[in-house]
Amino acid sequence: MERKDDFARRRGHLADLSEADLEQRFWSLTGELVDPLLELARTHTTPSIERSVLLRMGFSSLEAGAIVAATLDHDLISKGAGHVVYKVARRTGLSVREAGLELAENRLWDEATAAFGRS
Amino acid sequence: MMQADRPDGAGKLDIEAILEGLEQYRPRRRGWAWRTGADKTHHAGPFEYHEATDPMKTGTPLPAAAYFGSIDPQPRPVITTEIASGRFEDDIRRMRMAAWHGADHLMVIRTAGQSHIDGLLEGTPQGVGGVPITRKQIRAQRKALDMIEDELGRPLNYHSYISGVAGPEIAVLFAEEGVNGAHQDPQYNVLYRNVNMVRSFVDAAEAKKIIAWAGIAQIDGAHNANATAREAWKVMPELIVQHAINCMYSVKAGVPKENICLSTVPPTAPPAPAMRLDLPYAVALRELFHGYRMRAQQNTKYMTSSAREATVTHTLNLLISELTSADIQSTITPDEGRNVPWHMYNVEGTDTAKQAFLGMDGLKELVQLRRHESPMKDSIRELKERAVLFLEEILETGGYFKAVEEGFFVDSGLYPARNGDGIARQIHGGVSADTVYERDLDYMAPVTAHFGYNNLEQYGPEAAADPCSLIDGCTFEKPEKIVYIDELDPDDNVHTRLAETAELRSSTLLKPEMEWQGDGVVLLTLFLPTDRRTAEVAAVEIGNRMGLEEVEVIHTEVMQPAEGVRVELKGRFNQVIDTSTLEIPPEEKVLSHEEIYDEIHRRPMKLVAATVGEDEHSVGLREVIDIKHGGLEAFGIQVEYLGTSVPLEKLVDAAIETNADGILASTIISHYDVHYKHMRRLHELCLEKGLRDRIILIAGGTQVSPELAREQGVDRGFGRGTTGLQVATFLVERRREILGGA
Repeated sequence: MERKDDFARRRGHLADLSEADLEQRFWSLTGELVDPLLELARTHTTPSIERSVLLRMGFSSLEAGAIVAATLDHDLISKGAGHVVYKVARRTGLSVREAGLELAENRLWDEATAAFGRS
Repeated sequence: MMQADRPDGAGKLDIEAILEGLEQYRPRRRGWAWRTGADKTHHAGPFEYHEATDPMKTGTPLPAAAYFGSIDPQPRPVITTEIASGRFEDDIRRMRMAAWHGADHLMVIRTAGQSHIDGLLEGTPQGVGGVPITRKQIRAQRKALDMIEDELGRPLNYHSYISGVAGPEIAVLFAEEGVNGAHQDPQYNVLYRNVNMVRSFVDAAEAKKIIAWAGIAQIDGAHNANATAREAWKVMPELIVQHAINCMYSVKAGVPKENICLSTVPPTAPPAPAMRLDLPYAVALRELFHGYRMRAQQNTKYMTSSAREATVTHTLNLLISELTSADIQSTITPDEGRNVPWHMYNVEGTDTAKQAFLGMDGLKELVQLRRHESPMKDSIRELKERAVLFLEEILETGGYFKAVEEGFFVDSGLYPARNGDGIARQIHGGVSADTVYERDLDYMAPVTAHFGYNNLEQYGPEAAADPCSLIDGCTFEKPEKIVYIDELDPDDNVHTRLAETAELRSSTLLKPEMEWQGDGVVLLTLFLPTDRRTAEVAAVEIGNRMGLEEVEVIHTEVMQPAEGVRVELKGRFNQVIDTSTLEIPPEEKVLSHEEIYDEIHRRPMKLVAATVGEDEHSVGLREVIDIKHGGLEAFGIQVEYLGTSVPLEKLVDAAIETNADGILASTIISHYDVHYKHMRRLHELCLEKGLRDRIILIAGGTQVSPELAREQGVDRGFGRGTTGLQVATFLVERRREILGGA
């Protein structure tokens, strides 16, 4: 879009604001702008977020990559990839690390889908 | 790890040793470190500093510090240096060089393309325009920086980028490995890397939460709008908006304000009237963003291949930092415009910042900005209003994503003017589009520093209070759980690269280097009295005939269109020098200026001087004597200069008459060894007149060999390049011997 500088016309409603009120308006508009973005982030996840969870759970980048790829294949990313590993460990009696390595090797996915009531 | 092969203990870093044992290496701290001691008055040499910080234990002072007792005061802002050679092992040495000059924020540029890699890289492959950021590479550099910190006695901040499609993973890596600073700004991904905007913002919240946990200082990416927009000085309202979006998003994701840094750049550069445009903008920004940190970036938009010009722009930018504020002062290396990221330019950029800040120490005690008077007052108000209007229109349009789709950003119009040349992205477009998934009600992640909805309650109150209690601690509490990968590629790694240059580290072989060990690169400056096009081609031919390879012109500047051109050339000198075959005379020891001055003050010294024989040359002798050139007079030594072509007898008689302590005889003409014959005759005359045992005889000249001069009977000969300090040192020491022996 092209537009001439209409600053003089647009600024009418700002002209009488004090410097403090102008700054306050700046920050409240910014808050209004970012809030829906944060809400989106709060309620969603991504492959990178899930891999970052697995890294923190003690998996290597290669292992985390394999587990998240399989989690996506089995449509379980909405549960959390770390959650999948945790739940499979609980059901099988394996350690979290052992369970994750099995899942990375594409094993135990029946357990995983069953654990979340999918079959 | 340091080979203590020099008496001051400052041996070379042993890169191979740094690479050993990395699988066990743990960083010794997390989080950013500011300089300390800013609240105190500092003293260095004869001066008091009002805006300095605690000094380093050692380091490399500015060149002119030699006049002030080699002082090296440290200004307040943290100083950044950006390093991007593609080989992290060579960058380690460069980091040390920059840190010794005063850089305490070592920023590593990533290899081209890493932001589009969906996952972490491992090992140590070679990069292009930067290094592939990996766990091994970070550990090696962090370990080296820990050692350099100990040398300098000051914390060094290590920094890279949490951007691209693997942001959350990189944030975890940085938190685990003690990285202290990071760029993180989802807008950067969207606008300049074409990463899908939804993915970018969702990832960013997680990354920022991790940044908050690790105490990492975050830098935004707003300055890129300035570097990208067609008429860069007009994007000021947008820059303010971009800063605000990232700041507010970060605060709401949990990052404390004091760890959020605005990457702010003076929008223009001379010959534009830069100060009048840039200064009100800098003030407006600091007022609006009170409580946040300022990382003052250098203008790169209007940078050419002239290193001189870039340095002046940098200095003007530093003046803005001084007049407003800067917590971190960036130093884009003056080479950026000509794409030669060489060691010396990191040092130059660091020194420019240090030099300018020290020179401006306490400036604000003397001058004040006319903030509340026109025109500054009006400019500031207008910028703030334009930024508010920008935000209003984003919201009216339907929010951030909609505004990006409509090309609001990086438009070169001064908002609300729009030129329609902004960068537009689509909500379902870009790299990794449609890879964002809604969390189910039972979504769960059993780790520390996870952002957003996390149903831990399903596993009991203990899990809700401490998510990683479910897995007996995550890597943030138990770093022993981190899985270290060494190398994935048997060929493309640091060990194969180092093997190629091993001889340069383990032998006396030496090769010039600008960027990588053994690269052989040299820089030549020449003036060619012709036009620019001819000069460019001729310069390459000259480089070729000098035996250089891959000769390239990196800079030209017309001195006058017809009279000639200054050309800078780079090329490779692909030979090695064996330093063991060189005859390196021992370095002459000189006394300090103060010691000589004090001794002459206590016991004055008088000399007679002349060019002897039939010799009309006087330049060299005058240089050695003249106070203006730091010669003998500068130390308080009285010199009776008799002129040129002075007969030796007259010189000796003058010495007797004035009761001189010594004679300086300059002998330039050397045909048939006449200069040595003069020296012998001088010695004999003094013997005959009975004053040889109490007078100091010095002979100098371009063809004088110190050894042969002594053989003729004079006390000392000085050849080409002699300084007043050397001669004064000899005079003082020789007089001590004479007096001691008497």
